[in-house]
Amino acid sequence: MFTPAVVFNALELGCIYSLVALALFLSFRVLNIADLTTNGAFTLGCAVSATAAVAGHPFLGFFLAMAAGAAAGGITALLQTRMGVPSILAGIITDTGLYTVNLAVMGFSSNVSMLKTATAFTLLRDVMGEQSPYKLLLAGAVTLLACVLLIAFLGTRLGLSIRATGDNPDMVRASSINTAFTIMVGLCISNSLTALSGAVLAQYQRSADINLGNSMVVIGLASLIIGETILGTAHRSSIWLKAAAAVAGSVIYRFIIALALRAHVPAESLKLISAVIVALAIAAPALKAHYDFRRARAKAQAALEKAEGGRG
Amino acid sequence: MLYLKNVTKTFNPGTVNEKLALNNISLHLAPGDFATIVGSNGAGKSTLFNAITGDFIPDAGTVTLNGRDITLIPDYRRAKVIGRMFQDPLRGTAPGMTIEENLALAYLRASGHTSPLSRITARERAQFAERLAELGLGLEDRMKQPVGLLSGGQRQALTLLMATVVTPKLLLLDEHTAALDPATADKVLALTRRIVAEHKLTCLMITHNMHDALSFGNRTLMMDSGRIVLDVAGTEREKMTVDDLLDRFAESAGHALDNDRILLSREEG
Repeated sequence: MFTPAVVFNALELGCIYSLVALALFLSFRVLNIADLTTNGAFTLGCAVSATAAVAGHPFLGFFLAMAAGAAAGGITALLQTRMGVPSILAGIITDTGLYTVNLAVMGFSSNVSMLKTATAFTLLRDVMGEQSPYKLLLAGAVTLLACVLLIAFLGTRLGLSIRATGDNPDMVRASSINTAFTIMVGLCISNSLTALSGAVLAQYQRSADINLGNSMVVIGLASLIIGETILGTAHRSSIWLKAAAAVAGSVIYRFIIALALRAHVPAESLKLISAVIVALAIAAPALKAHYDFRRARAKAQAALEKAEGGRG
Repeated sequence: MLYLKNVTKTFNPGTVNEKLALNNISLHLAPGDFATIVGSNGAGKSTLFNAITGDFIPDAGTVTLNGRDITLIPDYRRAKVIGRMFQDPLRGTAPGMTIEENLALAYLRASGHTSPLSRITARERAQFAERLAELGLGLEDRMKQPVGLLSGGQRQALTLLMATVVTPKLLLLDEHTAALDPATADKVLALTRRIVAEHKLTCLMITHNMHDALSFGNRTLMMDSGRIVLDVAGTEREKMTVDDLLDRFAESAGHALDNDRILLSREEG
């Protein structure tokens, strides 16, 4: 069923997309904000990284993409903290504006091809050789570094303040931490991670496309929730475990997609499959609660009937 | 230490809801003073705290802390030296973060760490465990657990520790045990007494319990309609009973105290 090539491919993509899951962990779980900037920020990362690689700076492209993503997150944060735009709408507004920005970054073309361009991946291949797992090494190293830095940051004074902002805004305001500032920093970091994911993906597949970021927020959330459900971290407090769950969920999600493709599911139907996976994953806790309640009720009813039968 | 001079505040001036919340209040706390405050609902007790922490700028008068005029200093800059606790145990802690992380946040915010990227050291972590052990609630073994798992009393004890983990210049307690069951409230109050004494904190405590008002600290203030109508200390206070206090209140305020909770607490003891 799974050839080594398929396994490596799923691991590589899982690592790359796990940065989006980490970003959503920060915005959706830590800050409690559904940040729809994600789609546009992902494409922005692709566009910036591709344009930089074509210009001969593949590694610089990663950092430029992160800076661009942070700027996009900053605009969303500004809209919702300083201008009273509801958070979901703020993300949609930025996302809409980014469509034009992304086209502009790619020279008003809807795609950029890097088939003849040196990318971070081809540079590493030239050093390590064609047979080495250079793709997985690069993707894994970027993800690991991002994970470690994010976790270290969340233990600092600013990081703890950001976590408290999503956890108990009342307390944060009472202890006079500026929530507008902590939300701003949080969204800048999460969108720079999303953009980095797009940046690595563009160079990995040697092309950037204006539609690459479509439904990225749904895919990222699905990965995050799959990871949380399987590792059971929803009610744990260890930040390490939670970050690991985001990465694991992303890899598992890619294996599910690979499995679907191997089962000769037509590629056009993948969006529908993704949507079903997401809906089921997000609905899982509610469905489980409903099922548990029905089972408990049936059990109580059986006990009651037994007691009544005994009396009669 | 703390000087309030002729502080006045009117809410909603010029409307039907106009309310004179603080009426020309003057108060001086010496270093190490621990004063309790009692008064009926709407007497201005919490508003007095808000004036000290900087929730609003008074219409008239000045607030001076440690020789520095802080009347116009924004609230977030005062919060570094003023610790404050509320009635609601859910208000002072972050439930999804661990005990250790909550303490770290309180510590890093108030201590000398100026960099936003500063972290707590292993030594500071050990100090947290020591301070937690002093609470006698077994929390030192649960430092990695989320605060949301703690009971209201444990959370309030933790909030007290967070407010004093870096010794504040002034501690404001706003009926911080009113939402707890009597046994837990007694525990947190005993803890309050000990921590205030140990660190020689200057402290103001709002309470609705007349016995606590007399037995805690070295001064008792009674408030009515935005004024401090009674301020007793020393031997006069030591000899005072709850009934004396109520009589004195009626004498100074011109009417009897009308707070049910306070009058009920009189029956308890």
